[in-house]
Formats: sequence, C-alpha cells, structure tokens
Amino acid sequence: MIESTPVHPVAGVRPAADPPALFDCRKAFADELATLARTDERVVAVCNDSVGSSNLAGFRDEFPDRLVNVGIAEQNMVGVAAGLANGGLIPFVCAAAPFLTGRALEQIKADIAYADRHVVLCGMSPGVAYGQLGPTHHSIEDLSWLRAIANLPIVVPADPEQTRAAVRWALSTDGPGYLRVSRTPVPELFAPGTPFEPGRFLQLTEGEDVTLIAAGTLVWRAAEAAAVLRAEGISARVLAAPFVEPLDQAAVVAAARETRGIVTVEEATVSGGLGAAVAGVVSRYSPARVRSLGIPGVFAPTGDAEFLLDHFGLTAGGIAESARQVLADAGR
Amino acid sequence: MLTSSRPQVEQWQAFRARIHGAGRDERASLLAAASDQVRRDVLTMIERAGLGHVGGDFSVTDILLTLYAAVLSVEPARPDWPDRDRLILSKGHSAAALYATLASCGFFPAAALTTFMAPLSALNGHPDRTKVPGVETNTGPLGHGLPVGVGTALAARLRHSSARTVVVLGDGELQEGSNWEAAMFAAHQRLGSITAVIDRNGLQQGARTEDTNALEPLADKWRSFGWHVTEVDGHDHASLAEVLAHTAPDRPTAVIAHTQKGRGVSFMTDRVEWHHKVPNDDELALARAELSR
Repeated sequence: MIESTPVHPVAGVRPAADPPALFDCRKAFADELATLARTDERVVAVCNDSVGSSNLAGFRDEFPDRLVNVGIAEQNMVGVAAGLANGGLIPFVCAAAPFLTGRALEQIKADIAYADRHVVLCGMSPGVAYGQLGPTHHSIEDLSWLRAIANLPIVVPADPEQTRAAVRWALSTDGPGYLRVSRTPVPELFAPGTPFEPGRFLQLTEGEDVTLIAAGTLVWRAAEAAAVLRAEGISARVLAAPFVEPLDQAAVVAAARETRGIVTVEEATVSGGLGAAVAGVVSRYSPARVRSLGIPGVFAPTGDAEFLLDHFGLTAGGIAESARQVLADAGR
Repeated sequence: MLTSSRPQVEQWQAFRARIHGAGRDERASLLAAASDQVRRDVLTMIERAGLGHVGGDFSVTDILLTLYAAVLSVEPARPDWPDRDRLILSKGHSAAALYATLASCGFFPAAALTTFMAPLSALNGHPDRTKVPGVETNTGPLGHGLPVGVGTALAARLRHSSARTVVVLGDGELQEGSNWEAAMFAAHQRLGSITAVIDRNGLQQGARTEDTNALEPLADKWRSFGWHVTEVDGHDHASLAEVLAHTAPDRPTAVIAHTQKGRGVSFMTDRVEWHHKVPNDDELALARAELSR
C-alpha cells in the first residue's frame, strides 16, 4: 500500500500576464550550470558539436578547459562522460535529446545507469520543439526509453525556475540523472524556493472533479485548462510532475481516490512516459479512469512546434476537452 | 561490494617486487607461471558455473596478468585511489580472467572466485564495478570500453594526475563503430596517457575476423587515426612488460597483441568453438595437466 503524503501545494504559481512572457529554458539551464561551475571545479560540460544548440558558448568562454566537445559522436560522448566521472569529475552531457537518448541508449544504460555514474544527461530541445525538422529530430520517445532503465531519475522541468532547481539537484545528488531541457517556450510558473524533490509532485490548484497531471512544457497549459473548466463549474486539480521517475505515487493514488478521473499531459509519446507511469500506479493501487494526452503513436506531420501541439490537442482547449470526456466516461 | 584481502595484497606486493628486481628471463618465467595459475583458476570457475568464455579468457590472460604484476600503478586495498592507473576490460565477456587476476592482486579474496556466476554472486558473467573492486566500468556490450577510457584519461589531464589508462579490447569488437569515434577523439585530444591493447586472436564468436568483417590492415587503421602503434606477441611476457610500460608523448598508443584464442591448452588453441564451450571432465583433466607443466 502506498503511504499517503500530502502533495506540495504551490502557493506561488505566478499569475500569467495576458499573453504571458515566454522563455526558452535552455538559457536558465546554461546560466545555472555556469553559476555552479564557478564554485565547483568538478563540473564539466560534454557536448557533440552542440555548443550553440545547448547554449554553451558562455560556458566555453569562461571554462575553456572544462568543455569537452567530442564532435558528432553520441556513443563516444556518453562513454567519455562515464570516464570523466570515473576520474572524479561531474559531467553534464548536453546534446539534442533525440540523438543523446536514441543514438547512445546502450551507453546510457550500461556506462551510466548500470555503472551508477554521477553523470547528468541533459536532453536539449525535447518533444516536438524542432517542429518542421520532422520526426527524426523530435524527441518524443525519450521518456519511454529511459523509464525502462533502472537507476535513472527523469526530470522534466516546467519553467526556468524549475530548470535551475533541476540543475542544482542533479549536481547535489550522487548518481545518474536525465534532465529534459525544453526549448518550447514556457512562462515563468514557480517562484524561487519552490520545493523540488524526487518523487514529489506540485499541486497548482485544488480540485475534486478531475485531476490534470502534466510535465514540462505542458504544465502551464494544464493550468489554463483548469481555468477553462472552472468557468464551466468543473473543479480540476492540477499537478505538476517535475520527476517522471521516481513518480509521486501517493499523489497519483490520492488523485484516483479523490477525483473522478485523471488526464495526463506530456510532450512525448503516450506509450511509456508520464501517462503510462500514472496508469501503472492507478491500475495497481486504485483503479481509475486515465486519459493520456501526448503524441499518440504516430510520427508527427510537418509543422512548427506550436502547430504540432495544437494538432495533437496539447492546448488548454484540448486538455479541457479530454477532462470533459473523462468525466463523461465516469458517468457524470 | 567485495573487499580486499590483506594477505593476498601482501603476497602480490612481494611478487611485484620480485618481478621488478628480476632479469628478463626470470621475469618472463615468473609471469608465465602466474598466468597459468590464472588459467587454472578460470577453468575451475567455468567448471563450477557450467558457463564461461574460456577461449577469450585464455587469449587475454597473459596481457592482464602482466599489466597487474608488472605495469599498472594500483593499490588493491584502495581501489578508489584517485591517482591509480585505470584498466578497462572492454571485452567484458573475459570477466573470469579479469576476476582471477584481480583476486591474485588481493582486490578481493580468491575464495570469492568459487561464486562465479552463481545466484546473487558479485561475480556476474560480465563485470560490475559497483560490486567488484578493481573493475572501473561495467562492460559486456562491445565497443564501450574505449570511449570510457578516453574519458578517464581526459579527467586525469584535467586534474593534473599522471594516471594512465589502459583499455583492453577484443579484436572482433573493433567492428563496433563507437571504437573509432573514440580513437579519432583520443588522437585529436593528443591523449598520450591512454593505451589500447588489442587482443588480436583473429577469432570472433562465429568465425575468423577476416572472414566476417575484415580488420586488416589493422595497424594502418590505428596509425591513420593518429595513434602510435606497436605490435607484440601477446603471450611473450617479457616483451609485453616492456611494450606496455611505454607511452608516446602527445599521442595515444595502440598495442596490437598477437594472441591465440584458448592459448595454453592444445585442443582449445585457435579453435573458434572454444569461444564459450564448456569443457567436459576429460577435457578439464587434459587442460589442467597441460597448464601444470
């Protein structure tokens, strides 16, 4: 039985301006990494000709010896990082998420997770951020692939503040981790000092009718969906999942018991990410209706990121509609 | 996690001192005798487990034993000593030879060898660094060791440590592209502290390398990638000790060690089927007799 722990309520969710200012989390990531590198000389960055796309030019200029650019060679990149960790350094591997996770998956499994190395794998521009570049450049499978690997926490920050917290957490922990560093623009949601712990969701709004559990770039859209639903008299509990692994199982079970259905939302394929994780927990501990929103088992058509998110219903309107359907299925 | 064996460490230190003080011929015969002890241990491990990769174990034994007895700077009682030399066994399926060698140095008690591949043993069929002191990274899938070795060598340079990195590779695994990513990068970085030793026994699991996906001209390949290349008889201990003690400034070194799969046992030597065949009782007796001469 899962012990019930209260979810962190977040008082400080910032009221969005209309329209809100949006941020690319890669900048917050690079700023925080440089800040930490100034006081901890074990911090090194490893990349695959991705100084620009990982926003590491500043890091390179400030710490030229501590940026290891292996060229276009992801398997070598992850192996080199494992070796750097063997030598007492703490590598942050910064590379476009589809190539880091897809090309070097066995290195991630054997050299990092199984060998228990303190290496931080930073998947840049995940989800459908690369839009028109097409499915080769979309990283929607990463959460499914990596969730199948033991000893690998998966962090999906939702805004710049959570991205900074994720970088600090990854340095302070003693083992491997995967950080999804989003490029798809998001508003600032969390105030500095907001709790950030493995296995703990954050509760953005209270609600008894339905629960929306979102990760990363779609947290703010879930919060907007809750506002849409509220106007219709439906109260939606919104939970942000900064950690997809380990999952906040207690919060999932509470949502299953206390509301009439769950909608999960992620910028990823629904086959094995947040939605599958949530469904696994409720089916074991407290069966409930779960609808998983994401990329539904297809390669995306051509279009920019905004178009693709709309196309797959990953908008406030699409999330609200899924919530209505869950409630209809539950016999409201 | 296994822990070191003090009496065995002391014995190994005395052996190292003897090797160090010996002339070339005496050194060779001491190393050869110790290598055959490792081979006998491997036979017993495989006999108990009913599983193993005896062919590759026996081709790499002389290389591993020579490295630990005469070349590497390690402290078995302090396996996490930051300035230790790193030995990375990229051909992880030769774990039995590595375990027997590490036990001979006292990284863990030799009694643990009897648990090789037994349920819940620390001694898995491929090495796990979180359970076995002296193991630097987890290998098994091929083509992983050299990239990790390049990282350890880079870390040593960044930390101003004189530690060396030696990666022992199978020849067949050079068909994995990741090796060549790492080879290119080590040369670009002018990593003089890394040595790749290729256990060139000419056989992979299913056939000769040259009949599968040919590696030759192998020395030219490494040279063209910017490596200093030496070739050596991988069963000639005195030559191995000399060659492996050498590094080139500003350039990584590849040592192509010409070996035989199943070396030491006549009916296993250079025979592809002994990649992972398990000897029966008669074969074990014959093999033990040949390794005890």
